[in-house]
Amino acid sequence: MTKEYRTLHTTVNLPYELAFGATLTRFFDGLSAEKILGTRCPKCSRVLVPARSFCPRCFIDLDDWVEVGQTGTVETWSLVSYEYIGMAKTPPYITGLIRLDGADVSFTHLIGGIDMSSIDQVQSRLAIGTRVKAVWATEKPGSIFDIEYFVPI
Amino acid sequence: MSGRVGIVAAAESSPAITQDNMMDAVYKVTKELLNKVGIDRDDVGTIVTAASDVFHSGISCANSYYWEASGGFLKNASRQDGDSLFAFLYGCLRVLSGHFETAMVIALTKGSENPENDTVTSLYADPFYHRPLGINETTAAALQMRQYMERYGITAEQCALVTVKNLRNALFNPYAHIRKSVTVDEVLNSKATADPLTTLQCAPKSDGMVAVLLAAEDTAKALTDHPVWFRGYGSAMDTYTLGDRDLLRGTLPQAAQAAYTMARLEKPSEEVDVAEISEPYGFQELLWCEQLGLCAEGKGGRLIDSGTTHLDGRLPVNPSGGVLATNPYVARGLYRVAEAYWQITGKAGEHQVKKSVHTALAHSTHGFAGQSHTVVILGD
Repeated sequence: MTKEYRTLHTTVNLPYELAFGATLTRFFDGLSAEKILGTRCPKCSRVLVPARSFCPRCFIDLDDWVEVGQTGTVETWSLVSYEYIGMAKTPPYITGLIRLDGADVSFTHLIGGIDMSSIDQVQSRLAIGTRVKAVWATEKPGSIFDIEYFVPI
Repeated sequence: MSGRVGIVAAAESSPAITQDNMMDAVYKVTKELLNKVGIDRDDVGTIVTAASDVFHSGISCANSYYWEASGGFLKNASRQDGDSLFAFLYGCLRVLSGHFETAMVIALTKGSENPENDTVTSLYADPFYHRPLGINETTAAALQMRQYMERYGITAEQCALVTVKNLRNALFNPYAHIRKSVTVDEVLNSKATADPLTTLQCAPKSDGMVAVLLAAEDTAKALTDHPVWFRGYGSAMDTYTLGDRDLLRGTLPQAAQAAYTMARLEKPSEEVDVAEISEPYGFQELLWCEQLGLCAEGKGGRLIDSGTTHLDGRLPVNPSGGVLATNPYVARGLYRVAEAYWQITGKAGEHQVKKSVHTALAHSTHGFAGQSHTVVILGD
């Protein structure tokens, strides 16, 4: 709708310095070394990944570190094809929840290495239940993109 | 606790996209509400507003800016960030405490002035893990939708029918933002956003100011012939980390049961006459209906196919057009309350449902894939 009155165009741009904390720092150090690390809860026995400093369900401290598998099963996924200001990644890309082997919760990441030119192309390679494996980036500075994406096996 | 608390009046801004600045828009809805009841600002005991800061208005501590327009200055007044149904509860509790005879609750968002919805919702995601991976309200909903369709055999057409129904209902609601007749094919063939979602299955961003006046029982009866009583409330929030949650077994059943117990509803699917449900993504209306106990698990698709939730159905859902028609982000919960109030008092106008309404449900959701749910039961 055209506005009848004047419009002020403005932005808010603010720098922050956010602490990773000890547990996430160790998790991301693990990615640099091509390891996906979780922590096991001594009470409910669940392996949580990314590693957590506490189990939200049992509400107790966690310090039993375990390396989980680099392969897993897709629990759900979405082909993202729209754009918005400030979006983290240029579309098209596929985001998914992956149950890594040895973990008891799902891991959020990208699924790639397949033709994303159409939803039909994607669906010929990807469905709920598809097995995938991690593809490591060449540069691994200790970020979530140390894993470039998961590719269907 | 001193008796009941009732809604005396409600006001919504119109049209859905306003030319006013925030200050004037807040003033107009506040003044309209006071005029409807025939009282002055000085007569209002306390004021609670709901608004989001920088993200949804570009101004931080925004209540300090619009405080004079809400009439909140020089009063024992407060503000709630996030879901406006929390502000509604806050207002009810202030009256029930016995300290205030009346409370005005105002929710406000000017979506037309903001960046796209997901520019804002991606900032809800933590910057270490979820945000760089593109998780926002829409992509999280898409992940939930694919699981929902797969697990229960819900079809794309059934999901699209929610948009068809709600935008058609909005044709009869002059306060709604998106008002048009669309077909299932048009919904499914609209531009893909995060598959399986398409543009017409995702809520727009709208302007919306809404205000309700609450009063203690005797005062409510003195101010209006048709008070609508606050009968039940429940809310629950799931954990944050997306992969930890079962996206199809969230906290809504828990929130709903708390509200039903408080309202003494034993068979909500029979006792609720009309429901206003927050469905920023079409399929969520079906899933939330299941989790509210308005139909059986996995039967949300069959529910809409049957016509039960249509304007003239046995249990109309979103006669106002819902969030798919009007999405003033923070205010969308209190819009559901205002619409439920109008349905009970018979003042909804052209989108008044055909059946008589004694009990209405208002629902709001916040966060990714329904992390937070709030349920309010109102009755005459």
